[in-house]
Amino acid sequence: MYAGLWRILPGPVWLRIIILILLLAAVVYALFSWVFPWVSHIVDPTEVTVE
Amino acid sequence: MDDAANPTPEGEASSAADAPLGKRDRSTRATPAHRRPSVIGVLGEVLLTLGVVTLLYVVWQLWIGDIIYGAQRTADAHSLSEEWQQDYEASAAASPTPSPTASDSPEPTPAAVEPVILPQPADAQIFGTMHIPRFGADYAFPVAGGVTREHTLDDIGIGHYPGTQMPGEVGNFAVAAHRTTFGKPFNQIASLHVGDAIVIETADGWYTYRFRTLEYVHPNAVDVLAPVPQEAGVAADGRYLTMTSCSPMFSKAERIIAFSVFEAYTPRAAGAPLALTQGVTS
Repeated sequence: MYAGLWRILPGPVWLRIIILILLLAAVVYALFSWVFPWVSHIVDPTEVTVE
Repeated sequence: MDDAANPTPEGEASSAADAPLGKRDRSTRATPAHRRPSVIGVLGEVLLTLGVVTLLYVVWQLWIGDIIYGAQRTADAHSLSEEWQQDYEASAAASPTPSPTASDSPEPTPAAVEPVILPQPADAQIFGTMHIPRFGADYAFPVAGGVTREHTLDDIGIGHYPGTQMPGEVGNFAVAAHRTTFGKPFNQIASLHVGDAIVIETADGWYTYRFRTLEYVHPNAVDVLAPVPQEAGVAADGRYLTMTSCSPMFSKAERIIAFSVFEAYTPRAAGAPLALTQGVTS
C-alpha cells in the first residue's frame, strides 16, 4: 500500500518526501477538524449535568 | 512499511529457487518496487495505520483538541464582548441624554443599580460570556441556553439550565459545562477560592458573583438547581449561581457543584467592574 504510494509519487526522492509530508499534514488536519470531533461526540463518556 | 510487505515474496522466491522460474524471481527481487502487494502486507499496513490514528485521537482528545476548542471559544467570547461594547458606544454616542455633567453627579454605585433581567434564552442562544479571573486573566467562554451536549455544551461552551433564573435574578442562575474535553470550560472548577469573582457579561453589563463553596453530589441531585440551592421547595431568598460539571474528571459517576452568591450588577455605562479588571489577588 505504502510502497505503491511511493511508486506513483513523481520526481526525485526529496520531492516525494515533501509531497508525503504535505499529504500527512492534510490527513492530520482532516482528522482534527472533522473526524475526531465527530468521534468524540459519540465516545466521550462524561456527563456534566444533574438530571 | 516496506518491511511488512517483504516476507511473503521472499518466501515464495526461496521456495521456488530450484524451479525454472528462479531466474525471474531473482530479477523481481532486484526491483522490489514493482512487486505486487500481498493481501497480508496491505492488511498489516492498514492495521498499523489504524493504531497510529487511534493514538493520535487520544492525543487530540486529551490535549490538542482542548487547546484548539478552548482558544476558539475564548476568542468567540472576547469578540462578543467587543461587539457589545461597540454597540453600546455607538448607541451612547447617538443618544443625546448622557452629557458629561449628568454622568458626574449621580455616580452609580454597584449596590444601588438594579440588575437588568434577561428573558429565558432559546436553546443554543448565546446571551452572555463568563469570566473567571481565577482561571486566567483572559478566561472567557460563551454562555447559551440549554444544557444538551449536542446543542450547547459540546459546540458552544457553557449552558444555562432552562427554567432556572437568569443572571442577577432572585433565585438560582444554574449553568453546566465540560470539565474535560471540548475546550473544558470548568476544568479548574476545583481550584476556586472562597470569594473568587465569577462575572457574567451580557450586552447590558456585568453581573458579579462571589464563589462560596464546592459540593460533590450524585448525578440525580437536582436540588442543587432549586431557587435556594439544595433547599427544594423553599422560596427564593437570594441570588445564587450554581455551576455543575463532571466528577471525577473523565467520569460520569458524580457531579462537582460550585455555589456562588450575587454581589453586584455593573451597567455597561459604568465600565467593567473592579472584580474583573483587578484580577485575583491571592
